[in-house]
Amino acid sequence: MQPFTTLTATAAPLLRDNVDTDAIIPSREMKSVSKTGLADGLFAGWRYTQIGGRNPDPAFILNQPDYAAAQILLSGENFGCGSSREHAAWALAEYGFRAIVAPSFNPIFRGNCIRNGIVPIELESGPVANAAQALPLTIDLAAQTVVAASGQSWHFAIEAEPKAMLLGGLDMIDLTLQRRDRIEAFRAIDRHQRPWAYFAA
Amino acid sequence: MTSNTISGRTLFDKLWDAHCIDDLGGGTGLVLIDRVMLHERTGGVALESLAAAGRTVNAPEQVFATMDHVVDTLPGRTDATIMPTGRDFITATRAAAQAAGITLFDLGDDRQGIVHVVSPEQGIILPGLTLICPDSHTCSQGALGGLAWGIGSTEAEHALATSTLRVRKPRTMRITIDGALAAGATAKDLALHLLGLFGAAGAKGHVVEYAGSAVRALSIDERLTLCNMATELAAFTAIIAPDEKTFAYLEGRPYAPKGDAWARATESWHDLRSDDDAVFDTELRIDAADVGPGITWGTSPQHYAPIDAVIPAYEAVATRDSREAYDRALDYMGVAAGQSLRDLRIDAAFIGSCTNARLYDLRRAAAVLKGRHVAPGVRAICVPGSTQVKAAAEAEGLDAVFRDAGFEWRESGCSMCFFAGGESFGAGERVVSSTNRNFESRQGPGTRTHLASPETVAASAIAGKIADPRAFYLGN
Repeated sequence: MQPFTTLTATAAPLLRDNVDTDAIIPSREMKSVSKTGLADGLFAGWRYTQIGGRNPDPAFILNQPDYAAAQILLSGENFGCGSSREHAAWALAEYGFRAIVAPSFNPIFRGNCIRNGIVPIELESGPVANAAQALPLTIDLAAQTVVAASGQSWHFAIEAEPKAMLLGGLDMIDLTLQRRDRIEAFRAIDRHQRPWAYFAA
Repeated sequence: MTSNTISGRTLFDKLWDAHCIDDLGGGTGLVLIDRVMLHERTGGVALESLAAAGRTVNAPEQVFATMDHVVDTLPGRTDATIMPTGRDFITATRAAAQAAGITLFDLGDDRQGIVHVVSPEQGIILPGLTLICPDSHTCSQGALGGLAWGIGSTEAEHALATSTLRVRKPRTMRITIDGALAAGATAKDLALHLLGLFGAAGAKGHVVEYAGSAVRALSIDERLTLCNMATELAAFTAIIAPDEKTFAYLEGRPYAPKGDAWARATESWHDLRSDDDAVFDTELRIDAADVGPGITWGTSPQHYAPIDAVIPAYEAVATRDSREAYDRALDYMGVAAGQSLRDLRIDAAFIGSCTNARLYDLRRAAAVLKGRHVAPGVRAICVPGSTQVKAAAEAEGLDAVFRDAGFEWRESGCSMCFFAGGESFGAGERVVSSTNRNFESRQGPGTRTHLASPETVAASAIAGKIADPRAFYLGN
């Protein structure tokens, strides 16, 4: 996973509440058993003029020249609600998004972002959008700040573990496997206490 | 990471404490995962990715997979699917499950079905267990008193490789529902009513414990429906304390403990309830008598109204929806403020999904359909939640009721709950559906979905327009 330290990039405002993962990547766009090949399907239902087509709808924010290179997305409450499909995070990352600013995130989607190098930033996005317009924002993950070109800035909260994961581009499976002995010792004791929880290997 | 011992513990606290292997700091715990469930849509990619990284499944005997998301549901189905690349998902999952030594409920296996239907049916989820599945509706299974929640594929890989997940301890919420549901109201109406009251972010990140006399009175099938839609409230998951109904439901199920192990298990499960002095981060209460049959009118599950209501004016939803979101929803749905829901003509009726396709649901819908026929021009489809539900329904003759009423009677799977590139309803078609999501284009490009109980779907299919089910079964 690509580490995230700082990013200066354009922020595209998609200020709708409850943007769901079906909207982020429609199920029909998840064509292969793969984590890649999804960027073209990102927001397909809104981004193109026809379902299944690839003619850009000029009204959609990502199709406007000012936001063509956006790497930050600004959105509304409960972003990423709905299906747990990690394809939503994979599609956003493959398209080039590295951070999403929204007042709140769906919990499963938020976890998926963290595991794919996308920083979920919980902030009221309206004021950020007003300050940014089409000018770049700078995100400093270590400092937990978002700074607009105007100098206006916001501090955001993020827990220690996701922050460390994103900063270091860490693989959590490797980290957890370092505790394998501890896990197996716990399971061995637990197996005596809750034998019904375990099937024969 | 033990809880405060001064006040009592919530049911969730007890499950967390029993499974927390290590405190990782910052409110995060390393949590033991007892069961992993997979399906071909997201499970195959997790298993393949795990293998590609040179890792193995730590405890394959604790992992189960089923085929539900992209399989066809038409009779005589094979690995070939109407969804153009569906076969790839099926064959990849089958190969990966075999290679990893995972139990698979494959096509043709009488245990096959929708993951959240087959797990309780097989006794895979049990009270007090942790279970994860890369599927948002895993919260359904909390109805049995286990801690079950949905995750993404990468977290599924983590659970497969390590038998654990790193979890930030969620906040707790109790929703107490006392009294009796109004006549004609179902667990689905209750779930939708809660969404209407509290909104699509109403339980954001919380573990929701459903409690109260109305919840105790629900059957296990109904509890599964109620818990199913906790993800629509943006909850971490939902849970209901196990009781005698839970134990009666599970006893004798294939993967439930037997003999002495059953006795020991049930003894321990009696402690699985929130202490009287347990403190929740949030407490909400509703009166079950306020819940009647209802239906959604917009493109979020929070867009809910009683069945005999009109489409609300913007002012009624302004605390939750922006004007743009409201206008967009009305435009998409082809409805106007002030319009009576019961005047909306429908093109299709769908009974199925992990929300409402268990035997209880099919019986209630059949009670409405018996001796009646769907209106001309309405396409009506019933997809049982599992192969076993289908067989049980057929043993009772329910399939004949559905067929005689003009419904298609399908093989089990997720089917047209969502459009994966295969079967769909048409653009602009209005569908009354027993499913869980009414998002734009969820059931087909441009398709308009109204979420409701199976009874309301059945009544509407007969009427050819959105209909109040009470008018249909009061005479039965």
